[in-house]
Amino acid sequence: MTDIGLGHYLTLGAVIFSIGVIGIFLNRKNIIVILMSIELILLAVNINLVSFSIYLGDLTGQVFTLFILTVAAAEAAIGLAIIVVYYRNAGTIRVEEIDKLKG
Amino acid sequence: MAVHAIFFYFFSIVAVISAIMVTVSKNTVHSVFFLILDFISISCLFIMIGAEFLGMIMLIVYVGAVAVLFLFVVMMLNVAQQKNQWFNSKENSGHIPIGLIISTIIFFELIIVVGGWKYKPELLNPNTTQLSNEISNTHSLGQVLYTDYIHVFQISGMILLVAMIGAIVLTYRRRVEVKTQNYFKQISRERSEGIDVLEVSSNKGVKIDD
Repeated sequence: MTDIGLGHYLTLGAVIFSIGVIGIFLNRKNIIVILMSIELILLAVNINLVSFSIYLGDLTGQVFTLFILTVAAAEAAIGLAIIVVYYRNAGTIRVEEIDKLKG
Repeated sequence: MAVHAIFFYFFSIVAVISAIMVTVSKNTVHSVFFLILDFISISCLFIMIGAEFLGMIMLIVYVGAVAVLFLFVVMMLNVAQQKNQWFNSKENSGHIPIGLIISTIIFFELIIVVGGWKYKPELLNPNTTQLSNEISNTHSLGQVLYTDYIHVFQISGMILLVAMIGAIVLTYRRRVEVKTQNYFKQISRERSEGIDVLEVSSNKGVKIDD
């Protein structure tokens, strides 16, 4: 129990990933929390990559974590810009009221 | 080793609890704060297992930029006080058990992956870029980032540039009722269109205001 190995970190990553997926499915509030859940999922992926990189002694995982960080920042910026534009046009960002593409 | 275990359990429990609070808290601003707490705990974990550079970069990028961006948007859109309607929403709440089932399935698949990793230890042979103990983590990352991964690095810079331009283009709003400077018109003024030389005859005066 006191010997922390790769499995502990991978389990932590799995738990945070599942919480992110639950947050996407169960959210009834606004779409910003869904973006935050996506950030949680990317964070779980980063945990997996870094722990594998440390425990395998291979630096490639950390390099890729850096690029995932870049993509996550870009995605957050674009997503929030889209949300701001939608709120300006429709006046709401509640998840159940966003149904313009329903036809 | 026991100290390592204590720190690991402390940071991971804080991370998991704050991740749960991100999804269930009623106020969106509180969700953003718990997201910040989550990122701080995970970056402490990264620093603890020897990835110092990534831990610090996570602090700078997520806590310093992304979380502040979220806070900014939440406060600007005035959605912080919306009621959380998790389970009392009457219509189309049929996807909640499906979501729970899918999340549980994903969790157990990931756990199975971890378990399978334990039974095949001969996968643990590194092949490409070795971690060394002589130089620091930041030093070794810099050695491969600007040599082996230079093209990927440049492409990630391009991704950031495209994201920046896209965010500006999406949220830019041209206002018609506001008078703004037109720099090109200002700079390209000629002397001939700015000055009129008039012959002023005595006792007549000039009409200048037309």
